[in-house]
Parts: sequence; structure tokens; C-alpha cells
Amino acid sequence: MTTAQATAPPGKALRAKVSPPTIFLTFLQIGAISFGGGVVAYLRDGLVRKKQWFDDVEFLEMTSISNTLPGLNATNMAILAGDRLAGWPGAAAALTGMCLPAFVFMTAAGMVYAQAHSRPLANAALRGVAAAATGLIAATWFKIGKTSLHGFYDAFFVMAAILGINYFKWGVPITLLAVGAVAIFTYRPHTVPEEPAQEQAEWISSLH
Amino acid sequence: MDQLPALSRVFAYLSLLTIGGGMAAFPEMKVLVVDVHHWLTSDQLTHVYSTGQMSPGPNMMMVAEVGQLVSGPLGAVVCALAFFVPTGILTFLVGRLWKRLEHWPWRDSIQKGLGPVAIGLAVGGLITFGKTAITFVNGALFGWITLALGILTFIAVVRTKVNPVWFILGGAAVGFFALR
Repeated sequence: MTTAQATAPPGKALRAKVSPPTIFLTFLQIGAISFGGGVVAYLRDGLVRKKQWFDDVEFLEMTSISNTLPGLNATNMAILAGDRLAGWPGAAAALTGMCLPAFVFMTAAGMVYAQAHSRPLANAALRGVAAAATGLIAATWFKIGKTSLHGFYDAFFVMAAILGINYFKWGVPITLLAVGAVAIFTYRPHTVPEEPAQEQAEWISSLH
Repeated sequence: MDQLPALSRVFAYLSLLTIGGGMAAFPEMKVLVVDVHHWLTSDQLTHVYSTGQMSPGPNMMMVAEVGQLVSGPLGAVVCALAFFVPTGILTFLVGRLWKRLEHWPWRDSIQKGLGPVAIGLAVGGLITFGKTAITFVNGALFGWITLALGILTFIAVVRTKVNPVWFILGGAAVGFFALR
């Protein structure tokens, strides 16, 4: 962060004036247009490039926090960014704005589905959607894995989690706790090689 | 109406399992929503989850659709609040602590360790999901069409910069005509 302070990013100056209603409207817009997943890319475009509320260093720090915590990237990022902009009212405004369009969309989808799910044509279309969604989600994780996985241990822990869920049927909580604990212990302090900064730069540039 | 307490408990619990994204929680969601509470069938849950992929914003807002189907609009509100607020508060608090933890050596270990585990859990969830989405139980023809749709979408998303929502809508069109 020392480099970020030294170069005095433009965001710091603009940020002082941001009010919760502005934050709400900004996140409402991102929450309404971010079709097709990859909300983080939309957030970076809106918050770093257009609004200049954050520089890439701070944005990257927020993504790494939100990846480590439970909760979705979209909502975790909204909370972290909102808090940094205007404290807890900012976090609440950002979370509400981010979620509202999706809430309306999905509740409406539920109303339609309740009427239509016994109709064969709706089911036929949804079978196609489900099959395509499988390919989309696989592609999303393939891309994440390609940029973030390095070395034998990473591959081992990916396999261990997959086997825990699908072969040994440990269930999600046990798999998460067991494999997570072993993984964190494996990467315990003083054994962690220095994180190459280039890897993070590559990841940011992979967001379109 | 009597399902509201159970809905809020189930979705607050599931939200804690979404390390790295919603797919990690899918196997547990399937157990609770389909097998334990019988709110939806396995196919319905797959449909609802897939619909979430078409939504803007957080695609796990599909929990609101589950709530809507079980208990109407109030159910949708309860599920959304249960799923997003408790983990939201956790994120808020950890976000504030984060700077102070800068010199705590385990911080990097946790990040480095949970990265691959999150990917493994997501792939594990995807395998569970894919078994109902790409299936031969409705006949070999349906099986091959769904498999082809999955593979073509995968290649298209990896190889092109086109917004994936078009491929999902394309899947809907193919399904409408070919998966009746």
C-alpha cells in the first residue's frame, strides 16, 4: 500500500464526497446490467475506471478479501467498497443496490415458473438452459483455475475437495473444514513462497 | 407461511458455505431443499439454479426464487435476507479487521490455502449440478443434446469474449425445440 499512497491515486480525492444515495445508485446500475456473471469485471469497470473511487491496488485487495470469505464476490465487494466509501451506511447502500435488480428478476422468474413449470415447453427450454449453464460454470472455473492454481499442492487440494464432495460424500461442511485445515496448514507461515505480484496483475488483466 | 423459519435457517446456513462462490454450496443445498425439506424436486432446483445464471447481479439470488416458489413473495424476502445479510455482516467486520491483520502471518496462509479448496468445492458442486442438467434418464437423444450444449457453451465461453448470457439464451432456444 505504500506505493499507492506515494502515487496518491485520483480516487482518494474524489472519494471524500461520495454519499450513500450515490453509492446506492451506482451499485443499482451495476446490479442491473451485469448479465452473464463476472460481476467483478463490471465492478472494476464502474468503480475503478469510470468513477475512479479506487485504484487497482485497492480493488485487488478487496477482491482477495472477498474471495477468502463466505458470500459471493458481487455482494462481498459491494460491502467492502461501500464501507470504504461511506462507512456502514455506504456498505448497506451498496449491498441493497447490488441485490435489488436480481431480487426483482428472480422473484418474477419464480412467479412465472410457478405458472409454467408443468408445461412441457417451459421445461424443454429450461433443460437447454441447465445444460448451457453447466458449460458456462465449468468455463468460469476453468478460467479461474488456469490463472490461480500453481504447483502440486494446489492441484492436490482441488482433487481432495472434489473427491470429498462427489466420491466420499463427506458433505460440504466437513470437506471444507477438513481439506481447508490441511491446506492452510500446508501453506503455514514461513513455508509460503513470496506471492508473485505478476500473477495478480495477470488476473486483473484477465477481467476483459 | 409455516415454512418461513425453516427457509431462513437453511439459507443462512448455506450462505456460510459459499467460499469462493455459490456453486460450493450446491450439493448441500440439494440435500436440504430436495431431500430433507421436499421444497423442490431435483429437476426444479436445477432449473431454478440455471435461471439464476441469467440474472444480473449476484446469480445466487436464485434463493429468492426458491423462497417465492415455497412461500410466495414473503418467502422470497426471507430467503434473500437470510442468504445475504449474515455473511454480509461477517464480510463487513472482517473487511475492517483486514488492515490490522496485515502482519498476522496466518492471513496469507488462509488465503493461499482456501484458494484451491474453493475451486475444488465449486467443481464438486458443478459435478453434482451437471448430473441432473446433463442426463440420459430422459433418453439417449436428450442426453447427447444436453452434453453437446454443455461442451459447446464451455468452448464458446473460454474462446470468445461474447457475453455468456447469449449462450444461455441459445441453450433455451435449442431446448425449446429439441428437448420437448
